[in-house]
Amino acid sequence: MTAENTLREEPKPVLSINKWKFITWLFIITIVMLFASQTSAYLVRRAEGNWTEFEMPQIFYWSTLVLFLSSVMVFLSVRAARSDEFKKLRAFISGAFVLGTAFLIMQYIGWQQLQETGIYLKGNPSGSFLYILTGLHAFHLISGLVVLVFALAASFKMNIHSKKMIQLEVCSTYWHFLDILWIYLFVFLLYFR
Amino acid sequence: MSTAAAAHVEHGHEEHHDLGFIRSYIFSEDHKVIAKQYLISGIIWAVIGGLMSLVFRLQLGFPDMDMSWLKPFLGQWINESGKLDANFYLALVTMHGTIMVFFVLTAGLSGTFSNFLIPLQIGARDMASGFMNMLSYWFFFISSVIMFWSIFIETGPAGGGWVIYPPLSALAEANPGSGTGMTLWLVSMALFIVSSLLGGINYVTTVINLRTKGMTFDKMPLTIWAFTFTAILGILSFPVLLSAALLLIFDRSFGTSFFLSDIYINGHALPNQGGSPILFQHLFWFLGHPEVYIVILPALGLTSEIIATNSRKPIFGYKAMIFSMAGIMFLAFIVWAHHMFMTGMNPFLGSVFMLLTLIIAVPSAVKAFNYITTLWRGNIIFTPAMLFAIGLVSFFVSGGLTGIILGNSALDIQLHDTYFVVAHFHLVMGSAAFFGMIGGVYHWFPKMFGKMMNKTLGYVHFWFTFIGVYLVFFPMHYIGIAGFPRRYYQWSGFETFNTYADLNAFISVAAILTFSAQLIFIFNFIYSIFWGKKATANPWKSTTLEWTTPVNPGHGNWPGEIPTVYRWPYDYSKPGAKEDFIPQDVPYSATPESNLPEENEMISEEKEIENIEYNHNIPD
Ligand code: HEM
Ligand SMILES: [Cu+2]
Repeated sequence: MTAENTLREEPKPVLSINKWKFITWLFIITIVMLFASQTSAYLVRRAEGNWTEFEMPQIFYWSTLVLFLSSVMVFLSVRAARSDEFKKLRAFISGAFVLGTAFLIMQYIGWQQLQETGIYLKGNPSGSFLYILTGLHAFHLISGLVVLVFALAASFKMNIHSKKMIQLEVCSTYWHFLDILWIYLFVFLLYFR
Repeated sequence: MSTAAAAHVEHGHEEHHDLGFIRSYIFSEDHKVIAKQYLISGIIWAVIGGLMSLVFRLQLGFPDMDMSWLKPFLGQWINESGKLDANFYLALVTMHGTIMVFFVLTAGLSGTFSNFLIPLQIGARDMASGFMNMLSYWFFFISSVIMFWSIFIETGPAGGGWVIYPPLSALAEANPGSGTGMTLWLVSMALFIVSSLLGGINYVTTVINLRTKGMTFDKMPLTIWAFTFTAILGILSFPVLLSAALLLIFDRSFGTSFFLSDIYINGHALPNQGGSPILFQHLFWFLGHPEVYIVILPALGLTSEIIATNSRKPIFGYKAMIFSMAGIMFLAFIVWAHHMFMTGMNPFLGSVFMLLTLIIAVPSAVKAFNYITTLWRGNIIFTPAMLFAIGLVSFFVSGGLTGIILGNSALDIQLHDTYFVVAHFHLVMGSAAFFGMIGGVYHWFPKMFGKMMNKTLGYVHFWFTFIGVYLVFFPMHYIGIAGFPRRYYQWSGFETFNTYADLNAFISVAAILTFSAQLIFIFNFIYSIFWGKKATANPWKSTTLEWTTPVNPGHGNWPGEIPTVYRWPYDYSKPGAKEDFIPQDVPYSATPESNLPEENEMISEEKEIENIEYNHNIPD
């Protein structure tokens, strides 16, 4: 909030949902549309034949677990913030951040494993799609990490506590969404390879 | 700035200090300033896009003309013998389409009027997030700069048509414009999409969350409904264009084959295998069709307001208007393949899409019918805005009719990619949306700049433009039916088309005259900002909330409390009322002489509405 903003009377909300939460949900809808279009393009292209099947790298199973655990961390951090346990709050957010980073590294290793099995970005579209879908998700995950860093910083400045939950709630909504998005992509890719 | 400062003093914010020029006019977070930024950018782009069309109209109308005199502007694109470079012709057509569809009629139209009118008409101090709103404009600005820059590069701007179909757009070897020009196009559009999404998310959030007391959904002006539907369309469809652009970028720069397969260039096979160019068309038109409604819906919303106000009658079928817009919005997502009848699509699928396409004619016709019945027996006041609104209805009907013809997959075999399509969409989309935008400027100019535009110039502008548009686009139907394909540099190589030489020349002359008439508008616009007659707070005797603000609404829009809303926005010429309009913030208890029985019953609810206390525990 800049200085001028606090000077003027804020617009009054009508609904009981906070505007930032609403904006987050709309933002999530745009990401859903992005991935929906990618995966439907995938299906349309796959239906046309000439499709090289690929093996899912083993490490993706583990990275799925890691991302899930980071989601649990975020969930716990919200609980900690609600009961004003600040040490826990910071620990859980940091934990989520570390696990999120670990996930990214594992995805990268997964890509290397893919290349060892002869699946490259160039080549049959099945492989290209695999890289694009995982890459696009990783890109969004990086944005999620940035959001986590901001939340962490806010928690150190004591800007997150039981009476001031919006930032953390927005952050957790986004992070859970990224988790669910990955699980969707993972199952999708397993099923339609 | 002084007005904004004044508003603050009235608020009792003594600690206020001036924001300075940069924060109040350039990186402003005020929705009114951002709206004006969009408007001015849109007008500049419209001039550029219009001039481009004149150049290629000269080529089409007078293929033998010596264009050496254009050399100072076009440089190397005019060759020694005074001919326009053929590749540059394609680039001009592409840029014209891109600029007009996205930069003028999406950003210039939605950006201006959604920003300006949403907070003013729903009774909010500003947008949900002024910062996101500012970002939205500046993303658009950077995107504009990149697109503008691409016009001047050595190989010329993108030349694959505004629909950028691969493989033409994917292979740098295919066309000079498919090199750097196409790269810049893609970068610029990616930024444009970000800008649109930021804008759209903000509009929807504002409408849902920040309405004033009493402004229930059934009391919202149709403009607001239209802007909301437009924003939802954008939120759902722009990401899909981003998808298509992303895959195309990978095909172009990273050697993937999403859209490429079995291609030979100069006898050499490219390595790309297994891609499908049709896939691109599916992705593109999944945005592309909703996009045409993103362009027209705001214009229809503005028209509803202008027509009701200047007919001094309630809009006919308020609910029907909302439902038909909702219907159009829904159908817009399931008709995209009518642009692809000729891609070798399964004929059964073709007839499914044909059926869905033709269904769109129903809600569209409902809207046209409602406009006409609103005009019917009204006390019409022909302001320039009103004339443009009526012109919009005319174009929407005549262009919509050819849509029904094109929607038949069998007829489309003949008409696809001919000038018939060009005529169709220039009437129904191009001209109609343009008229909506211009009408909006004439109508809301007093609120934007506190001045009145010159009426006489407005009338002259209208008649030249209205007649001019029909003279330009009506003959194109004939040329199209005769089979003349679009995006052809020259037709004189085909014996059959020589009969149309005169008609083509005629169209070009009409286009030049129509464009020139726009200079009247630009003059009027600039002149009136500085030297126009001072406006009153409510010059058109209108009912909606924006007219309850001061002549120059400051920061926060209303100096005092935000007005409360008691009635719908179309109480014009109500029997028994003292005046022929009752603003939305006049309670029923103040107008016993004109209330209907059910409205008398609502008087008891007024106290409740006034006492609504928003839950201030919801932090922002
Ligand atoms: C009655 C409603 C309408 C129907 C049935 C209809 C049908 C069609 C069809 C079938 C085409 C494809 C023609 C072809 O390429 O062969 C087309 C093209 C087009 N329509 Fe419509 N249309 C309707 C209304 C509209 C409206 C309201 C707009 C815009 C506001 C619009 C904008 C366009 C544009 C821009 C194109 C050409 C795109 C291109 O290829 O560059 N149409 N229309
Ligand atoms: Cu369409």
